[in-house]
Amino acid sequence: MLTFNNNGIYCERAGLYIDPWRPVKNAIITHAHSDHARYGMGSYLAHHLSVPVLRFRLGADIQAQGIEYGEALEVNGVRISLHPAGHIWGSAQVRLEYKGDVWVVSGDYKLQHDGITQPFEPVRCHHFITESTFGLPVYQFPAAQEVYDDINQWWRANQAEGKNSVLLTYALGKAQRVIRHLDPSIGAIYTHGAVDNLNQVYRANGGHLPETIRIEAATDRKEINGAMIIAPPSAAGTPWLRKLQPYRVGICSGWMQLRGTRRRRGADRGFVLSDHADWEQLNTAICETGAENVYVTHGYKASYARWLREHYSLNAVEVETLYTGEQAEDTADAEQTTGSDESIQ
Amino acid sequence: MRAFSKLFTAIDQTTSINEKIDALVRYLQAAEPKDAVWTVALLTGNRPRRTVKTSELWAWCTEQRDIPGWLIAESYHVVGDLAETLSLLLPENPGHALQELHLHEVINNLIALKDKDDSERKAYITGTWKMLSKPELFVFNKLITGGFRVGVSAKIIIKALARHFNIDENVVAHRLSGQWSPAETTLPMLLSDAAADSDSSRPYPFYLAYQLETTPEELGDPNEWQIERKYDGIRGQLIVRGAELFVWSRGEDLLTEKFVEFHPLKDVLPPGTVLDGEILPVKNGNILPFHVMQTRIGRKNITRKALQEAPLAMMCYDLLEYDGNDIRHRPLSERRALLQQVLDEVSRRVGETPLLLSPLVEAASWDEVAAERLRARDHQCEGLMLKRKNSPYKTGRKKGDWWKWKVDPLSVDGVLIYAQRGHGRRANMYTDFTLAVWDGDELVPFAKAYSGLTDKELNEVDNWIKKNTTDKFGPVRSVVPFQVFEIGFEGINPSPRHKSGIALRFPRILRWRKDKSPAEANTKNDLLQLLQAQQ
Repeated sequence: MLTFNNNGIYCERAGLYIDPWRPVKNAIITHAHSDHARYGMGSYLAHHLSVPVLRFRLGADIQAQGIEYGEALEVNGVRISLHPAGHIWGSAQVRLEYKGDVWVVSGDYKLQHDGITQPFEPVRCHHFITESTFGLPVYQFPAAQEVYDDINQWWRANQAEGKNSVLLTYALGKAQRVIRHLDPSIGAIYTHGAVDNLNQVYRANGGHLPETIRIEAATDRKEINGAMIIAPPSAAGTPWLRKLQPYRVGICSGWMQLRGTRRRRGADRGFVLSDHADWEQLNTAICETGAENVYVTHGYKASYARWLREHYSLNAVEVETLYTGEQAEDTADAEQTTGSDESIQ
Repeated sequence: MRAFSKLFTAIDQTTSINEKIDALVRYLQAAEPKDAVWTVALLTGNRPRRTVKTSELWAWCTEQRDIPGWLIAESYHVVGDLAETLSLLLPENPGHALQELHLHEVINNLIALKDKDDSERKAYITGTWKMLSKPELFVFNKLITGGFRVGVSAKIIIKALARHFNIDENVVAHRLSGQWSPAETTLPMLLSDAAADSDSSRPYPFYLAYQLETTPEELGDPNEWQIERKYDGIRGQLIVRGAELFVWSRGEDLLTEKFVEFHPLKDVLPPGTVLDGEILPVKNGNILPFHVMQTRIGRKNITRKALQEAPLAMMCYDLLEYDGNDIRHRPLSERRALLQQVLDEVSRRVGETPLLLSPLVEAASWDEVAAERLRARDHQCEGLMLKRKNSPYKTGRKKGDWWKWKVDPLSVDGVLIYAQRGHGRRANMYTDFTLAVWDGDELVPFAKAYSGLTDKELNEVDNWIKKNTTDKFGPVRSVVPFQVFEIGFEGINPSPRHKSGIALRFPRILRWRKDKSPAEANTKNDLLQLLQAQQ
């Protein structure tokens, strides 16, 4: 029922694409990160919490329809519904059923509960399309609560030394998750404009976060002492950041599990906190779908597909897409696409 | 172990040099003396011989987790560090640990494994694994595999020791050099005056120069500078003390046995003499290419043939110890005069020896110096050394008084054909490149290059490689022949082992030639011509 072509994941029967990377008429969007939600689609269908982000990022005038998890649409005999993916707020798996054949496109997902996103729900299917960003057994993420505790403790210690704490996180999803778990009794929480923009969207749609202060051109930097500052990865090494000295820099990412990545990024502290599934989570999720056919996209796709074939005897293949997942290196905006059109041949 | 693990974590969690020094000083204040000396040894690369093989560690780790070997190998290529890979793969153990054990006890246990049978060795390693938390697992595996490269340079350790023991940094650097056994000493003993006197083999820390980045005119009056050629050999120190002779390389390896030509000098040079110079293959007064010596150094036994083909000499640059006294503080002009006197005396007494005096380059102006630099390759040299005549002999790499002024590297344009993931801070990225030149319409590999691109460029190439892979074999990917890189190198030698028939010395990437198409890359013929021109 689904095929992979130069535009994205295609359902010919229903005449629509899921997370296409070229302009098409009808698109279903799993979540609003920019490697999955791109410009120029004739119409967008997504979870209703994703729609305001799509409008914010892609333009208020896009044709976009929001639906609830579990709510079903029927297009030319194909029954389409969205199910929680647990990746970021508003993220969804897309279930498509036609004549008893069920496909699930999971987009990006995690099984770890993050306190702000509706948790992942396994959906039984015959064909499952999965990411493999952290699809190696070296990735075993610690319990989220331990990481939140470490972050707050780090903040306290930096504050005691008269330093600010700068945390670099994706502006959409990770930033709200981290802010929610900060201990506001320690001090003030400041945000970069890119983070605040999405905090505003989140709050306007019923999300609750501790109070944060947006750093504006007029903000007196001397007022910011011993504070927590949440900024996107692209802020690293910029004059904007340097004006906030003295500070220590932490990065929240699954890649922080590897010392090499942490050292390369030049952060003082790496916090292993990801919105993707680690090795165990991937295996659990895939087994719970009961799918016989698994299509492995962005990440360690070749070795992960081989593992699924050899260990679980699944019919697993790797698939080339332009999704990037969580990026280990992001000097540019982390959520900007890195794929270019020339490379899909 | 707990204190050492904490030190390691503290060092690992900061990028600030001062904070690393602070962490070391804090550790030294509280550390058990035997642990402290082992810590300094490990962090300066002085480590006990390994007693557990990599293949054994793989096998035991595979048993602990139900994962096939190929997946462990794949993980290793991504992580880029054996000890870290094992630590990430082994199951997590709740809290309690071997932290009560001292670092030196753990090291002694590991050393003792050498005489144990396989089952005992396995029982010790896997048993210990089960007692360790993740951070401790990593430290323990690092102790097994050696190589504690943790972002602590010798400079940082020297500064910390100098501060803790209140001794001058140069003195600390000197006492730490050479061979010493952490099992047989303590830091106070090692750093005391008595230690320096009792160890006659101890070399001085080398004074190293940075590449000149300004125009030489900014150095002032050329008459205040001593100009020498920069030879391409093995920088070494030749020490005669008592009736003994020692030869050290810059990497602080004791290579006395490799240089049999120098052995008679112990009866010729006056006791209490230390020479700094370049060890070179020299035959009938001609300096031979570096690779001639390389093959000889690599061998365990030196054959008569090797001695005839690659006789070695030392091109002497400097005199560090004269008549048993450290004269590094005296001005270069005085040291040079004494050096000449020592060498003259030697040749007057015994005639020809393998000691040569590095000739001075006479130049009245910087323009003449610059012209001399461009002729460096005619003398089998890499460029010039500029040394202030009144400079002392300093410790380590320092700016100001000494500069190297190398000629621009030779370069060719090559096409990227294979890529492999890097190690350390390049882990999980395709940063190790194999480059090829044209041989007819076939691309033949001629060099591997690992360095020269900025982090930003590396990201870009890494991304490109992932999207343009045509084949994978093990950790290596072959890619669409499209990207052209300009490769710089210091020399070119014939090599029957390489398909291109040549081997480059110090290849690195000079530029990413996005402006060039693969067809515009160089050919094997171009390389062979360069080779001929050099010989």
